[in-house]
Amino acid sequence: MLCQECQEREASLHFTKIINGEKTEFHVCDVCAKDKGEYLPGGNSFSIHQLLSGLLDTGQSFAKSSKQHSRQQAKPELQCKTCGLTYKKFAENGRFGCADCYQYFDEKLDPVLKRIHGGNSVHAGKIPKRKGKDMHVYREIEDLKAEMQNHIAAEEFEEAAKIRDQIRSLESSLHKKGGDVS
Amino acid sequence: MTLKSFMNDAISPWMKNEGPEADIAISSRVRLARNLDSLPYPIIASEDDLNKVIAETETKFSAHEHEKFGALSLLKMQELSENEKRVLVEKHLVSPHLTREGPARGVLLSEDESLSVMVNEEDHFRIQCLLSGFQLEEGLACANAMDDWMEETLDFAFDEKRGYLTSCPTNVGTGLRSSVMMHLPALVLTKQLNRILPAINQLGLVVRGIYGEGSEALGNLYQVSNQTTLGTPEKEIIKDLSSVVAQLIQHERAAREQLWTNSKDKLEDRIYRSYGILSYSRRMETKEAMERLSDVRLGIDMGIIKDVQGSILNELMVLTQPGFLQQYAGEALNSQERDWRRAALIRERLTLEEESHDGGGEL
Repeated sequence: MLCQECQEREASLHFTKIINGEKTEFHVCDVCAKDKGEYLPGGNSFSIHQLLSGLLDTGQSFAKSSKQHSRQQAKPELQCKTCGLTYKKFAENGRFGCADCYQYFDEKLDPVLKRIHGGNSVHAGKIPKRKGKDMHVYREIEDLKAEMQNHIAAEEFEEAAKIRDQIRSLESSLHKKGGDVS
Repeated sequence: MTLKSFMNDAISPWMKNEGPEADIAISSRVRLARNLDSLPYPIIASEDDLNKVIAETETKFSAHEHEKFGALSLLKMQELSENEKRVLVEKHLVSPHLTREGPARGVLLSEDESLSVMVNEEDHFRIQCLLSGFQLEEGLACANAMDDWMEETLDFAFDEKRGYLTSCPTNVGTGLRSSVMMHLPALVLTKQLNRILPAINQLGLVVRGIYGEGSEALGNLYQVSNQTTLGTPEKEIIKDLSSVVAQLIQHERAAREQLWTNSKDKLEDRIYRSYGILSYSRRMETKEAMERLSDVRLGIDMGIIKDVQGSILNELMVLTQPGFLQQYAGEALNSQERDWRRAALIRERLTLEEESHDGGGEL
């Protein structure tokens, strides 16, 4: 089959587009495909970041209402002080510039993260061994407290008391050694 | 170079068809995204900053032997030829993104290529373990071991509330993306897959074709992966994915049995036709090659074709990609030349098979 663009070379890229049930086929050669980036998967195709930016509130939708508009201007733009990335820029390309962006944009992140992560906005997984030493202890205390409540609810007070002692010793170890608890 | 020695260099462990359930679950991949907390992310970092990440990686991890991973070598993208980069992509060791953009990109590779760490891709580090068969837990253990080793000397961007802080908000939290590549010809032939896929999507998992566009998959190969990374512990993510993969394997096996009972003649005919075309044709486009190889692979797995190794699909789907064909030919090829070379390489590979079994078939 000949390339439908140049009618010279053999078509090597076959591409079917289905939009609202309407099927369009493309048969192009390597050269023409590169010229017309739209045929190349991953080239100019709709990326995850563009998709994301639709979820992120860029403030533009409010700009139409004049009342909101003036309020918008009065408020300084959200910006990461470490790397300089503005929230607007983040919303445009869907990527953070550095670790601190998460702090500076925190007030806006909950709904965004919930939408992406099936309703979740708080981490529940791995904690780095070295950097997160305290966090391991804090999380263990949280877990133990929940367990203690369960025992109390089930009127298993002896068990609950045991766990209370465990919590106390963990807490005191945190206080004693300051931040350096293993 | 002979095809045999070329293949020995080209084959990564994930292509070898050795892992558990490898007849259907071809390979398992676990990836962790990590960043340094002191440097801007690659998307906005200066070349100097990116070079710092490369330098850290080189001195800390490629100069030392690790007890589990052995010697790791750092390949710098700017030192590789276009075709060498292409081959890395085709072997699934790096993403196309890493080979395309900007300065100071690299990949840290273990000798057996089961572990790779992309440096300065979208995140500073992308730790990836790629194993043959259905081995998600092993993959997670492997990626975690590398993560722990790196964290001993690097300060990763981590926040108690949000977890590991990544460049893209779709990766934040665990930074974990796990996936299994599956060969599902019987579910496709019996038209059951389209009914199963929507249900899987509702579980927060994604299924997509590999090497294909949209829902159309080349060679009946599909990749199932987790979509969300925040709010669920790593082990749970892996468990959820594993249970769906296990069910898909079951369904695929049932569909194969169904085919065998209901339309054995038709199935045999289809498989032997494909085998014949692969054995004798002189020109072969990627799409057709993948379809025929999928048929032959199904024939091998169902015991219809004997004396051919099951790994043939895994190997040839990689070896017949443009980068590999050019590497083997030792020169750049246009798409028509590639179609000739592809057909020749497949024929040669099948001859190797027959020689090793004393089949003596002539092509």
